[in-house]
Amino acid sequence: MKDMLLQVEPLIPALRRYARALVRNRANADDLVQDCLERAVSRWYQRRDGDVRAWLFTILHNLAINQFRQSASRGRHVPIDETNEDNFGEAAAQEQKLMVQDVLNKLARLPEDQRAVLLLVAVEDLSYADAAKVLNIPVGTVMSRLSRARERLQQEIEGAADDTPKNVVPIRSVKNEPPADHGR
Amino acid sequence: MNHRPITEDDLHAYVDRVLEPERQAEVAAYLGDHPDVAKRVAAFTDQRDLLRAALAPSAEEPLPPELNLSRIIENRARRPSVARWAMAAMLLLSIGGLGGWAVRGALQASPEGLVALAQEATASYNVYAPDRVRPVEVRASDSAQLVQWVSDRLHRPVKVPDLAASGYRLMGGRLVATQHGPAAMFMYDDDHGSRLVVLTRPMSSADQNAPMASQSQGDVGGIAWADDGVGYSLVGHAAPESLRPIANEVRKQARAI
Repeated sequence: MKDMLLQVEPLIPALRRYARALVRNRANADDLVQDCLERAVSRWYQRRDGDVRAWLFTILHNLAINQFRQSASRGRHVPIDETNEDNFGEAAAQEQKLMVQDVLNKLARLPEDQRAVLLLVAVEDLSYADAAKVLNIPVGTVMSRLSRARERLQQEIEGAADDTPKNVVPIRSVKNEPPADHGR
Repeated sequence: MNHRPITEDDLHAYVDRVLEPERQAEVAAYLGDHPDVAKRVAAFTDQRDLLRAALAPSAEEPLPPELNLSRIIENRARRPSVARWAMAAMLLLSIGGLGGWAVRGALQASPEGLVALAQEATASYNVYAPDRVRPVEVRASDSAQLVQWVSDRLHRPVKVPDLAASGYRLMGGRLVATQHGPAAMFMYDDDHGSRLVVLTRPMSSADQNAPMASQSQGDVGGIAWADDGVGYSLVGHAAPESLRPIANEVRKQARAI
């Protein structure tokens, strides 16, 4: 278990960051990471395919997806505890700090599969091949989702910049809202 | 100059800084000539920086006690482990097996043929599949050794079924004791950690050839059959019917030996 400690422990902050960005609720995210670590401990000796990071992200991602599915089928509301004010209040992005916060709200409007690709590649620095492994999709699909995610996020960002009054979201985005997203 | 054309993928790889230096330079040159594309790429780069900045704090927070890995490992070690239960069960099984062996000739109480095989496979599944410590004796990385071993003990060439097409990877295998002699057990798992077991051994006398038959015991289901004197049983935590496509695959591969 010593080698496990050495290899897994340094990755916990990144796992937390990914979980947090994906489910947007601190308590839920940490529960997922805890679950992921417990599974990792119990399956450490069954692990194949060398890369520990991709392996851990795969476990975590699958747990998160199961949770999305469950909450979607139960229609349970998963509270968003970190960014409510920015999301629903009218505080305009006057400062750089708000802009940084705001990008998470924009990110949350992306379908979950696009969000996952963008986070794994752009934030967690997984290679395209590792991201494909984590998401269990071909590399080509990773590339097309990444491209769609970036275009979509850009639309969200520019949509906000052109001073749309208050919280009016372009119809297009509303229609594309993923059903599983936060059980909204 | 014969540059390969710049693709969308190149642009993303440029943003993610994963291109070879030479290609990176080619893309940079292309962007210099195409301000519209350059603007898009710059926007993607900004997104990347913004996301990283926004998410950085969540990776810098001190870890709560629940995420203390040493503690998680320690808690697991203290829990009454599944392995110990498995060991107890194994002991019981072997006692039961010996007892069964002693009275076998006299009473003929133990089942024969496919029924016996199915029971043996289910018992092996129940004992080894929940085992977190040593579900298999020889791991998949040593599968050549595993094949050699079980083939020697079963006195016939045994091939490990490849279930990759069904999403199951070989974890490894072991020899298990049955009332009808040694059997080879192979264990598989998928990305969600669900495990399957394939048990195979020569059939004694009954059911030298038998079509697929389903079995179930609680939530554990299985399919058993025999071909040319060799019996197979596939067992998992699933309804027998959902295992049938995998069983078909195992049978197809075994017949191709």
